[in-house]
Amino acid sequence: MDEYKGKSLSWRVTDGIVELRLDRAPANEIGLAMLEDLERFISALPALESKASALILYSEQKAGFSAGADLRELYTQAQKMEATAAARGIREFLNRIHAVLNRLDTSPLTTIAAVHGVCFGGGFELALVCDLIIADKMARFCFPELRLGLIPGFGGIPRLKRDLGNAVIRDLLLTGRSINATKALAVGLASQVAAEGEALRLARATAAQVTKFDRNTAAAAKQFIKPLPTEDLQREIELFCELFSRPAVMEGLRKFVEDASAHPYLP
Amino acid sequence: MRTIEQTTEEILALAATHFKVPRAGLQAGDDFYKKLGIDSLQALELLTRLENHFGVELPDYEVQGVSDFHTLATRIQARL
Repeated sequence: MDEYKGKSLSWRVTDGIVELRLDRAPANEIGLAMLEDLERFISALPALESKASALILYSEQKAGFSAGADLRELYTQAQKMEATAAARGIREFLNRIHAVLNRLDTSPLTTIAAVHGVCFGGGFELALVCDLIIADKMARFCFPELRLGLIPGFGGIPRLKRDLGNAVIRDLLLTGRSINATKALAVGLASQVAAEGEALRLARATAAQVTKFDRNTAAAAKQFIKPLPTEDLQREIELFCELFSRPAVMEGLRKFVEDASAHPYLP
Repeated sequence: MRTIEQTTEEILALAATHFKVPRAGLQAGDDFYKKLGIDSLQALELLTRLENHFGVELPDYEVQGVSDFHTLATRIQARL
């Protein structure tokens, strides 16, 4: 399927470049709808990989790349279930999203995330599976999970460990603060910073560059330099599931969901 | 080095420009959420613009509980 338009995303292939557009209002929250659409994309990926060299992920939503997991959906669903069922549901969701992200991570295509606005939590983890992050000057990156008594659960920690120094990871995780594009570039998280509104254009220019190289050679090089941290990814799932069972988490989710103030995204 | 008054004025001017409100209508003691009509995502946008403008990093926990321009200016001033 060279083109597809779903409820929360769409994709197309043009000139050897796959473009995956995230488009779920208000901020591409990753819940069941997005997961199902991403799974559809993964199913189509082998065919797309046979006719492309690069994949660009970007967002059509003004708020940003993605604000992360759909916490409202998570809270609402968890509230309806007794604890054991909720725990099982969380684990199943994590296994599914990990399967999607791992497949994207190991795609032979050179993957580029064009990030603007908020790139938080699960959204940050989606960007991290990409080979390159091109950050709009107004992008912000954040792992706010500690505010909810959790850790990132979509593979963020193992991927950060693969890409960045431990001190930067500790700063992001333990303070829960967001960093801007300038900082992201300085620490090696972003490979380029774009003027406001220009990240997608730069991503397309980068992708066009990538298409000049032999696809099989690029795929072999990527496999060599970008191992999938399989063991750590599994450990992260286990730790997340253990933390999720604590009462503080539901209380944190409740506060976020019921926050009527202007400030839910601030620490 | 900028004085706190200069920093405050630059914040007010930047906020007025980017959120399209009259500069004359903004005072240092104003609640920027209410005056600019913004939510927390837009507050992060303001934070980013201020960081870029002043060339500083301002961790968002530093603006926890901050809602007026003057206090925001003191947080930025502390990093100049």
